[in-house]
Amino acid sequence: MTAVAADTAPVIRGGSLRRSRRWALITSYVCLALFAIFFLTPPYYQLVTATKSSEEISNQNTDPWLPSFAPTSENIVNLWTKTDFPIYLRNTSIVTACVVALTMIISVPAAFALGRMRFWGSGILATGVFLTYLVPDSLLFLPLFKVVGSLGLLNSYWGLMLVYPTLTVPFCTWIMIGYFQSIPKELDEAALIDGASHLQMLFKIFIPVALPGLIAATIFAFTVSWAEFVYPMAFIFNSSQQVLTAGTITTLVKADVYQWGMIMTAALIAAAPPLILYAFLMDYYIAGLTAGATKG
Amino acid sequence: MAQVTLSKVVKKFDQTEAVRGIDLDIADQEFVVLVGPSGCGKSTTLRMIAGLEETTAGEIAIGGQIVNDLPPKDRDIAMVFQNYALYPHMTVFENMSFGLRLKKFPKAEIKQRVERAARILDITELLNRRPRQLSGGQRQRVAMGRAIVRNPKVFLFDEPLSNLDAKLRVQMRTEIKKVHQQVRTTTVYVTHDQIEAMTLADRVVVMNGGLIEQIGTPHELYHAPKTRFVAGFIGSPAMNFLPCRLIETSGALSVQLGAGLNLPIAAEHAAGYRPYVNREMVFGIRPEHITETRSYGAGAEFTMPVDVVEPMGMETMVYFVVDGVEVCARVSPEAALPPGERMRFMADMRHMHLIDPTNDKVVDVPAADRVDGAATAA
Repeated sequence: MTAVAADTAPVIRGGSLRRSRRWALITSYVCLALFAIFFLTPPYYQLVTATKSSEEISNQNTDPWLPSFAPTSENIVNLWTKTDFPIYLRNTSIVTACVVALTMIISVPAAFALGRMRFWGSGILATGVFLTYLVPDSLLFLPLFKVVGSLGLLNSYWGLMLVYPTLTVPFCTWIMIGYFQSIPKELDEAALIDGASHLQMLFKIFIPVALPGLIAATIFAFTVSWAEFVYPMAFIFNSSQQVLTAGTITTLVKADVYQWGMIMTAALIAAAPPLILYAFLMDYYIAGLTAGATKG
Repeated sequence: MAQVTLSKVVKKFDQTEAVRGIDLDIADQEFVVLVGPSGCGKSTTLRMIAGLEETTAGEIAIGGQIVNDLPPKDRDIAMVFQNYALYPHMTVFENMSFGLRLKKFPKAEIKQRVERAARILDITELLNRRPRQLSGGQRQRVAMGRAIVRNPKVFLFDEPLSNLDAKLRVQMRTEIKKVHQQVRTTTVYVTHDQIEAMTLADRVVVMNGGLIEQIGTPHELYHAPKTRFVAGFIGSPAMNFLPCRLIETSGALSVQLGAGLNLPIAAEHAAGYRPYVNREMVFGIRPEHITETRSYGAGAEFTMPVDVVEPMGMETMVYFVVDGVEVCARVSPEAALPPGERMRFMADMRHMHLIDPTNDKVVDVPAADRVDGAATAA
């Protein structure tokens, strides 16, 4: 009798475990699918619209959600040849590359100092760095207008390189502080005993070990400077200095005339570099380089 | 290779005094183990020798040179950490050669030194792997290899075996001893495990509450502890401590314990213990000195009901209770009786210790009196 009970009981439990796991999986997939649909709808709509001619877009009798019956490349050709879009793309690339580099040059040593080299007030300073990130650009652009103006950098993308780091440096420093602090302190002590200076420790130990954090920070800095809208809108008035975000809107929206085909094409092209960057660097996120540093 | 000297070394963290003025002389090529419970200051002492902590007061000298103000890299020491502290992005070879590369050693010499250390530690085939591809024991070997290649004046070990499982710990213990026998570098080793301390050390330093309780060979600490703390800390299972009263009946001394137990003191100790007659004292005796009655050897016999029995294989621990205090006896497996039964025990009183509860010091019996000769071994 007991033997029977002992034999059957685990089977019932096993079945229920399998069933509950199946339900958990189904629920996860349903949620993921809803999530994906929700977030993939705008790019789909962009793509569909970008391949339609202006006539087809404004035609009330066609369904805007369906792909075009006669896909056209007129939007991309016009965007490339008849607008300043290539200039915006070039300016954005220059600004973003410089801002990412500047951000890393500032925030990595700052994070190393704040996270690893204990000194009086380092904790307060670290919190202070993060608090500055909480001030939105829509509040900052007015005083910054004065600052940029007094430096003679209004209407120049060099001015943007100066102000974007106010958005990227605090957050990147914060991310890197977290990463640096998660590295066991024995690692820098071992390096100290091995004869490394603080600078050698940073470059030979900390940066390689915290590479996933560095990449996360890079992605963040890249995304912020690529997509920043308020500052270029406020500080740049000339097409030759304008960047993608503000430039697309100012060029392709004239009063109440929206050139939807080109707007959507521009948005798609503008979204591509961050997408590619994420796709390539995502693996580094997961690589888990710190595994094996210490016990575990 | 070098001597290490600590004089009046103090370390304060804010208001807490972690190390309270210790003096220690470590001879060239000596293997010294600092042992003690958590928070006793042993790791802090080691870290001060390494230069990872500043000394609040006192002096530390390595090879005759005072190093208080020298950074770790200029002290010519190598350290092995509890959690290995290997550089995760470097191969084993790169990990081991990192210090030499920073010092711009010629490539050929780096290679030769790393290969030699790898041979000593039997990790030659692992040189191209990364730390995450190694087991705990292998990682610890690499950490030791990193120390060996530097050919330093002093090796410092900070609880290097604590993260390993029990079996590996025993293996690595032997390994460390072997390495020391080969390279003969002065070694300071910190552990909370008294078995590690006893097996590895030339001399053991027992620390407690930021002070040194006793320095001595493993044999001295085991057989002639100076304080109740050392007596209780060294040895496993720990020494039994029972409150007692020393009484004199017609010239013979005996220890009066609770539960009507009265154990006569060995004649050779009588002179040393006589000043403590009629005083409340603490009686200390190791489990192996309470056994089943044996036909050979002399001892005080008594009968107690068995409380708990723990068979260990080659011997059995039998516990009985005296006046609310659990006492452990180490008997042969055949002699152990089941719980509840009354068993006849024999205490070898020549090995007893008498502790003065006012200062927790073990009453010093003149060297000639001690049967185990521990005091003379010094």
